[in-house]
Amino acid sequence: MGLDRVADPALRRLVLPCLLGAAASLAAAAPPVAEDTMAQRMQACTVGHGPSGRAATDGYYPRIAGKPAGYLYNQLLNFREGRRRYAPMTALIDTLSDDYLREIAGYFASLDLPYAMQQPPSAPPEMLRRGEALVMHGDAARQLPACVQCHGPQLTGVAPWIPGLLGLPADYLNGQLGAWKVGIRRAQAPDCMAQVVQRMPEQDIAAVARWLAAQPIPANYKPAAALTQPLPLPCGVVGGALR
Amino acid sequence: MRRWLKHWPWALLAVLLLVPATLVWLNVRDEDAIVDTPDIKGTAEQVARGEYLARAGDCMACHTARGGQPYAGGRGIDTPFGIVFAPNITPDKATGIGEWSPGHFWRALHNGRARDGRLLYPAFPYPNYTRVSREDADALYFYLKSLPPVQQKNQPHALRFPYDSQIALGVWRALFFRPRHFEADPARSAVWNRGAYLVQGLGHCNACHAARNVLGATSGPTDLGGGLIAAQNWYAPALTWSPGEGGVADWDAKDIVALLKHGVNGKAWVKGPMADVVLYSTQHLNDADLHAMAIYLKAPVREDDERRRQPAGEALLARGAKLYSTHCAKCHGDKGEGAPPAYPPLAGNRAVTMEPPANLVRMVLGGGFPPATAGNPRPYGMAPFAMVLSNDDISAVVTYVRTSWGNEGSMVSSFDVQRYREGSGP
Repeated sequence: MGLDRVADPALRRLVLPCLLGAAASLAAAAPPVAEDTMAQRMQACTVGHGPSGRAATDGYYPRIAGKPAGYLYNQLLNFREGRRRYAPMTALIDTLSDDYLREIAGYFASLDLPYAMQQPPSAPPEMLRRGEALVMHGDAARQLPACVQCHGPQLTGVAPWIPGLLGLPADYLNGQLGAWKVGIRRAQAPDCMAQVVQRMPEQDIAAVARWLAAQPIPANYKPAAALTQPLPLPCGVVGGALR
Repeated sequence: MRRWLKHWPWALLAVLLLVPATLVWLNVRDEDAIVDTPDIKGTAEQVARGEYLARAGDCMACHTARGGQPYAGGRGIDTPFGIVFAPNITPDKATGIGEWSPGHFWRALHNGRARDGRLLYPAFPYPNYTRVSREDADALYFYLKSLPPVQQKNQPHALRFPYDSQIALGVWRALFFRPRHFEADPARSAVWNRGAYLVQGLGHCNACHAARNVLGATSGPTDLGGGLIAAQNWYAPALTWSPGEGGVADWDAKDIVALLKHGVNGKAWVKGPMADVVLYSTQHLNDADLHAMAIYLKAPVREDDERRRQPAGEALLARGAKLYSTHCAKCHGDKGEGAPPAYPPLAGNRAVTMEPPANLVRMVLGGGFPPATAGNPRPYGMAPFAMVLSNDDISAVVTYVRTSWGNEGSMVSSFDVQRYREGSGP
């Protein structure tokens, strides 16, 4: 891993001691210093979301580094305001201000860090074919739009509001789509994603999650700059103020 | 004697009538007649004053649901007797307090009775608010009436039998509640008395910072002896007498003010339910009022209690020390010195050694940030360890922290950790 890819010099200072185990024990003898950086302030996020938000090893907590800022900001608001339910996450950020949540979202969005290797697919080929068809083409008979219509032709998301769908654990994707289906994950109204998921039976959700999780990450995995076609459904998450 | 016995049916009847009559009398005593109407308007000064007082009373904390409209109610308050849902207090005529007059509002605050005559549950802290002056109650009323009305029906409480009955509530009130006005202590300064008025009344500090009996009653608004918050499993430390808990007698008043205003000072962070209090209430109070509260809270110190001590085994401490250097030392230092105000010191920190160890364990489990206040807008955070460390691990590391660097706390068992894992709330 090239440390030169870690753009933020403050972050480099944090990453280095982790790599050099021997140096860490020497450094620990000095009194701790709270650096005036976002990397230092955001240490609270690294236990669940991994170092610098690059996802932990347990396969459930999602990566947050490099996701679009508006998407991350909306999710923080959703946790604080009860549209997403995960009590530990809500408790963590419950007493933070809109301004600070926006800054946090912008910080993690700005991190340009390499992705880990993907695990090989662990699903029957039939299921993966079904997943791929739904992601790329949707299902016209059920008026189900394709994932690529909103999340970008490369599934890399669209800045600043729409997230990419690659590089996420299958369990996480399955859990989120399931939560949407039963109404315990919601987004700003009109909640287009809820409408989409309502049109998907459980086996389709599982197929989409498995296929997405099995895809390699493109070399330059970054959200597209802007939408190239109108969204198939009205979506409350798109637009709004993001300083 | 014989002759008296002959009249037992009459005696029984008298008792049957007398008991309910007494109960009713105890519940409506000291009420003022309501002579005003809901169309009275307040002055701009009253509305502004009421907005400030609503902050001091932290009305929003209960009367606004997560993600809901301000003051439209719907938030559930978890109690040992079931869930009490805070009502809509916007001026909507059908579902809020649009039809209430200032007299009705005063009766709710001072006597704990709603406009329709229902007795109110003391989850609405009228045992404290009863000490709010009529002038301040009116200002609050005019402020709430100035808000945009929100049509949102109240959710019925989900209380277990018999707590769901008005009779049971009437008995509770007969036993534990009496309306009373705040009485200034002429032997004390005006500043002290202002602090007492805020702490005992709108601030309702003892709603958390005092122990409750089996029926959920405290011994009164001046009791700040500390208590475990039911259902949330956070411990609100004693404020007035214990130097080992949250007593501030030996603090500078400005440090108390800083903690209430910014949520952090060089000595401490606020977390758990107190972080909400700072965020929504105390950071919005002016310095004079915060100073008055500080002066009141700096009451004389009483002798500290002997804390229970249980020696921790060496194996547990060795395991704790190892976990500490892996997970904690980077921010809190090898000697627990911390990097205040970002990372509080653990050596000599009474939130660490306090009995019960609820807050320390909840902090390790849930992590989090102090509130983002105007004075501390970009706080540093602590990671949650609930999903990383086992109960045994947390028992070891918090026992290590409670007994190292001069700290003299007691051992925390895995069983204790499991108990605090079950707490709810922020």
